[in-house]
Amino acid sequence: MSIEAILLSLRLAGTVSVILLIISLPLAYWLAFTSWRGKFLIESVVALPLVLPPTVLGFYALVALGPHGGLGRIWLALFGHALAFTFTGLVLASLLYSLPFAVQPLVASFESLDRRLLDASAVLGASRGRAFFRIILPLAWPGVITAVVLSFAHTLGEFGVVLMVGGNLAGITRTISIDIYDRVQALDYAGAHQTALLLLLISFVVLSVVYGVNRRIWSPWPKR
Amino acid sequence: MAKAIGARMLSVDLEKKFEAGGARAFQLKIKGEFSRGFTVLFGPSGAGKSTLLDCIAGLVKPDKGWIKWEGEVFFDAGKRILLAPQKRRIGYVFQSLALFPHLSVEENIGYGLSGLGAAQRMENIGRVASAFHIQDLLRRKPGELSGGEKQRAALARSVVTNPRILLLDEPLTGLDEGLRRAILEDLRGWNAEHRIPILYVTHNREEVDAIGDRVVTLVDGRVRGSGTPAAVLDAPRTIALAQAAGFENFFRARVVEHRAADGLMRVALDGSHCEVEIPLGGETVGEEVQIAIRAGDILLATHAPYGISARNILPGTVESLETRGTTVVVQVKAEVRFTVHVTLGAARSLELTPGLVVWLVLKTHSCHAVSPQ
Repeated sequence: MSIEAILLSLRLAGTVSVILLIISLPLAYWLAFTSWRGKFLIESVVALPLVLPPTVLGFYALVALGPHGGLGRIWLALFGHALAFTFTGLVLASLLYSLPFAVQPLVASFESLDRRLLDASAVLGASRGRAFFRIILPLAWPGVITAVVLSFAHTLGEFGVVLMVGGNLAGITRTISIDIYDRVQALDYAGAHQTALLLLLISFVVLSVVYGVNRRIWSPWPKR
Repeated sequence: MAKAIGARMLSVDLEKKFEAGGARAFQLKIKGEFSRGFTVLFGPSGAGKSTLLDCIAGLVKPDKGWIKWEGEVFFDAGKRILLAPQKRRIGYVFQSLALFPHLSVEENIGYGLSGLGAAQRMENIGRVASAFHIQDLLRRKPGELSGGEKQRAALARSVVTNPRILLLDEPLTGLDEGLRRAILEDLRGWNAEHRIPILYVTHNREEVDAIGDRVVTLVDGRVRGSGTPAAVLDAPRTIALAQAAGFENFFRARVVEHRAADGLMRVALDGSHCEVEIPLGGETVGEEVQIAIRAGDILLATHAPYGISARNILPGTVESLETRGTTVVVQVKAEVRFTVHVTLGAARSLELTPGLVVWLVLKTHSCHAVSPQ
């Protein structure tokens, strides 16, 4: 069992889901409420990781993050090293990869809100910001939880993107799934099994805690 | 008098087109002035009543025209002015009420008072809560309220901000008449002090009578009449208005004789030999007219009546009876079918049963000629 790989994966998934939530809230708000006709283009871009093979995404991420890619070159000039095969590079690629899993539940929960509540808020003189924090966010809470859980779980289990962008550097980019793959290649089935089982347990516990809590706070309505 | 004060007046002249996908395009074209006190906006559903309120509140942007309040411009297409709903200081109770489900009644009412200090806010909430008799409900969530309590809470929330205009979109639907009158009394009490224009949308005739004052009828996005309820609704001029006003019987007919001296004309109902006398209209002999008759304006007799002032007496047979509350809806076949409303007691004492021969008695002035448009 590789504790190092597990900790790395948890750190990656945690970082990615927190950053994704910060990015996705305004993006989802905009997607849910804009009347711009070109919105479908942005929706398509956000949904791309759902249909692209992770290797394709990983390949382009590798090119962009490498010393000759756009982002990689800027990073190289700023920090003296490129982004490929680093933890930061892994985070950036994973943000892209898990974006739809954060954005789509948020958009769905924002869109399912009764628009008349927002009309009422506006007529009562409340700014959009106040409406967002006092009305939209509390009522869309299940969507927020779902977005965080899905992006966390999805990042935790990614393989193709990590392999392309991060390679297999112990403690830096060797995540759980890479570690398991490694062990199977080396015919260390017992080691692979231990890590796989632990990942299974962690995932199950996280999901059941979240869904258990979620059920209680799911609805602002009184219990029937 | 309103002219002399001039000020407290909402004036509207606007157009708004909807390109409904698939459905027919709808155009709202409204010009009017609303002074303080109640104005009832009455009309069938789809007439544009709610859209008009949305335009006034700033939730929907009209295509053309303007909306003004006292000297202030809410909207002016020509001058490219569009005041945000937040800045209009309007109270609006939506048909769905739109109470915030996760906030208590107190938090709902206080939502629009974020600019005030805690003490002032509590005082204002307390004042409207007592005006609308919901002091004991402040800690509850909307899901724990009855229909009438929700409606009171929504009204309290809409007036606590001291609005300049109050827009009410069927705020009291679904309530029994006693409760409706009680809440209306509270609202009247509140407005006796504040004296602002209240636009009250309804398609319920009983509510119009309960509020009384002025009625503006809207049909297909246009104002079709305005005045007192009696003048506007008891003599509707179009089929749509008559339907909205609760008329149940509509007949196509043809004018057979003018009796100008008596102020009436005889018409023959299509598909029958029934002839009735109706008030004299502009239609010439041979021309087609539509007749609207309220089910409650028709009398039923079990023997041929004589010595009676009503001019129209038609024999028929009871087809079916249906009890709705305290009213019995009777279908009577007299070559053409009439819907007649009688009270439970009348139905009992006349021993109405299907197959019974009856006479329909119609006063001339209960038969209204209406135009198809």
